[in-house]
Amino acid sequence: MFERLSEGFSSVLRKLSGNANLSESNVREAMTEVRAALLDADVSLEVVDAFCKNVIADAVGREVTKSLKPGEEMIGIVHDRLVQLLGEMPAIPEGASAQEAAQALMADGPGVIAVSPGPAIVMMCGLQGSGKTTTCGKLAAWLKKRGRSVMLVAADLQRPAAVEQLATVAQQVERDLPGGAAVTFYGEPEKSAEYGKAVGVAVGVCQRAVSAARAKGVDTVILDTAGRLHVNDDLMGELQQVKMAVRPHQIFLVTDAMTGQDAVKSAKAFHERLAVDGLILTKFDSDTRGGAALSVKSVTGAPIRFIGVGEKLDALEEFHAARIASRILGMGDVISLVQKAKEQVSEQEAAELEAKMAKGEMTMEDFLKQLRSLRRMGPLKSLLGLLPGIGSALKDVHIDDKQLDRVEGMVNSMTPGERKKPGDMAFSRRKRIAAGSGTKPEEVGGLTRQFATVSEMSRRMASMSAAQKVKAVKELSAQGGPTSMIPGLQGMPGFGAGKGTTATRSIKDRFKKRK
Amino acid sequence: MPSADCLIPLPVRFFKAVISKLKDGLAKTREVVFGGLKNLILGRKLDEQLINDVEVMLLQADVGVAATQKLIDSARADFKSGKLKESKDLLEHLKAGLRELLGGPQTELRTAPEGFKPTVILVTGINGAGKTTSIAKLTHMLKQQGLSVMLGACDTFRAGAVRQLEIWSERLSAEIVKGQQGGDPAAVAFDACKAAIARGVDVLVLDTAGRLHTQDPLMRQLGKIRSVVGKQIEGGPHETLLVLDATTGQNATRQAEEFGKVAGVTGIILAKLDGTAKGGVVVAVRAASSIPVKFVGVGERPEDLQPFDADAFVEAMFSE
Ligand SMILES: Nc1nc2c(ncn2[C@@H]2O[C@H](COP(=O)(O)OP(=O)(O)O)[C@@H](O)[C@H]2O)c(=O)[nH]1
Ligand SMILES: Nc1nc2c(ncn2[C@@H]2O[C@H](COP(=O)(O)OP(=O)(O)O)[C@@H](O)[C@H]2O)c(=O)[nH]1
Ligand SMILES: [Mg+2]
Ligand SMILES: [Mg+2]
Repeated sequence: MFERLSEGFSSVLRKLSGNANLSESNVREAMTEVRAALLDADVSLEVVDAFCKNVIADAVGREVTKSLKPGEEMIGIVHDRLVQLLGEMPAIPEGASAQEAAQALMADGPGVIAVSPGPAIVMMCGLQGSGKTTTCGKLAAWLKKRGRSVMLVAADLQRPAAVEQLATVAQQVERDLPGGAAVTFYGEPEKSAEYGKAVGVAVGVCQRAVSAARAKGVDTVILDTAGRLHVNDDLMGELQQVKMAVRPHQIFLVTDAMTGQDAVKSAKAFHERLAVDGLILTKFDSDTRGGAALSVKSVTGAPIRFIGVGEKLDALEEFHAARIASRILGMGDVISLVQKAKEQVSEQEAAELEAKMAKGEMTMEDFLKQLRSLRRMGPLKSLLGLLPGIGSALKDVHIDDKQLDRVEGMVNSMTPGERKKPGDMAFSRRKRIAAGSGTKPEEVGGLTRQFATVSEMSRRMASMSAAQKVKAVKELSAQGGPTSMIPGLQGMPGFGAGKGTTATRSIKDRFKKRK
Repeated sequence: MPSADCLIPLPVRFFKAVISKLKDGLAKTREVVFGGLKNLILGRKLDEQLINDVEVMLLQADVGVAATQKLIDSARADFKSGKLKESKDLLEHLKAGLRELLGGPQTELRTAPEGFKPTVILVTGINGAGKTTSIAKLTHMLKQQGLSVMLGACDTFRAGAVRQLEIWSERLSAEIVKGQQGGDPAAVAFDACKAAIARGVDVLVLDTAGRLHTQDPLMRQLGKIRSVVGKQIEGGPHETLLVLDATTGQNATRQAEEFGKVAGVTGIILAKLDGTAKGGVVVAVRAASSIPVKFVGVGERPEDLQPFDADAFVEAMFSE
């Protein structure tokens, strides 16, 4: 996804972090590299240049906040501009708890419009092969899950077997995907014709489909139109005719996330003709750097609503500007991580833990519990990849999940009293624990020391206001990793310990810096 | 009663045909004919600003930062040393470099050795790139050359994919071998090879499901299809074509790299060149690998496939 772009940014900003001030010359120098990174990520040239100009204007002459380094200040500026470009960050209410803050950041966007009386009419448009038909199916699944009935309408009469493709997709959603509403299909396959011979026929098909949907009381109608080039006047005209005939409530432009510089031209043309309401970027599961997201968003001004992350019909995600912007910046996807963690830790557990943390009463038991839930969340490496600054450092490092077994072993070999307050342990105790877990006394010492750091960090974090927390997380991110977000993770000894690669060392160094 | 067309003198009719063809979406050709921005360059004085502007054109054509830098650096050096004097020299310098990179004799379709049949062509690429449509166009082209063609529908995954190829086979009167939806694509390839031998066709073209170059199991599946073909037909597949979408940005280099490695790609079809995208990423692709571009797709009809012409392609890169 945005990983490669992230790496580019990381290196640029690292360079800046040595400098004491944001002078015009060092800002400009950093921005030439940012520019190259964005271009390599396929952000269109005009968008890149406008973006860089804005950042330079914001940065030059800005007094660096006392507590921040220039590199961090610069990250802040680039981040804010990126978020602005990708979409607004939702407001976090004053005095919100950490959980409420996270919730606000993750709140569902409007997604697919609901209207009463129905049906809501949604129209898809885009270039050939961008993923419209598949995305129709995904939206149907998304709606079905929310209890809203859907009719999928085959308005592509040009691509051979396009009608059949949508019919199959509709059937698959109806049969295989969860939810409590019906997904039906409307098509007039006999109207299909060779290229250029059925232009305009789709208008009638859409009208009849909408009438049928209204009669049946369907909540949402999704029109799957044929792919077309933005320079094809006849076919673009057909879309306008459909728009006039059925007056869709929402028009989505579907764009392939791998698109290069041309993204601006096609998006602009579709937007000029149809005034699109939302953008959907597909094939985000590839290793594209995804710069097209910035391009299409910037030229249309329409919000990015969803991203497609696979061929399967449940591979659709709502889009979150703040998350992606952080990702681009190499700040990792803190919020995704929080969300993942939330799925594993019950609300109550989380609240209890938060209370304990605030009082500095976190125990080794809690630590172990966290560790276990972490492990349930998935392979460690993919999880750590979500953390700022670590993703790229870990690229070539082999992480052995077995290391975690050692930690578990050590905790299990402690007495209840030791687990509650491990503190500074006498050598004899460490020796006993090491013997019981097949580890070395030094490892036990390392674990208890790291545990002390984590609980101290956690205590400090817990007493902050929500706004402060978000800020602290951001600042920690800039330094290399808010691992304290997940109690226990930071204290985990030796990722790949003993292998001694530079990458592992640099992660450790970063941990040290914060102690 | 003679149709009105017959009353128009032959040269005019010819012109009309040419113009309607151009209007029909051969944007590339149109640009080459009318010159576009090229004239804008040629009308100007050669200076730093012009070099910068040309650099912008390359970047906007998706050539990519690294490849563009290389081309521009060498042009700039030649400008400073006085080798390039006019804007025409600059354009020639760049075009020569690009032509050398993109052209060459390897742009011919590979075939089975003289006297052996069938030639097997395997078509691969990521989702929605234009594989199936390119196969239809290729079939049309081969049939025009008097060759018999059979199709193998190895995309058993995407909804409607088999039917899509089947409709093309009906329109183009080519035989088709199909498997079941969700079935093993290698098994379809096996059946298709057997049938192609039995029927004595000249060319067998195998369609495959779109896959991302990052999906290991699916990429390995291509290897399996290849070995099934190789066991049936000596030296097959003789040609493995990677279909790239001309609107794709720098990710196409990754696609070429991975498909090249896993699927033994021997040629590229650059589809969807009839839009406004320049497809310049093939420059970066070619700079990094030896895979030649063999065809370009310029529309959705069977006749919309052209052999790759490095000169025309390079000209188009510098036109509006
Ligand atoms: N990997 C991946 N493939 C996708 C995604 N969305 C669509 N596709 C694939 O892209 C190809 C073209 O999609 P389709 O819906 O037919 O595009 P349309 O021509 O715009 O209707 C198909 O092979 C789909 O399976 C996605 O998010 N990820
Ligand atoms: N304009 C244009 N459209 C194309 C071209 N090649 C393919 N397409 C369209 O792109 C879409 C996807 O093509 P298809 O062959 O099904 O892609 P596949 O998934 O790779 O097999 C279809 O709507 C095709 O009509 C081309 O050269 N120009
Ligand atoms: Mg479609
Ligand atoms: Mg296909």
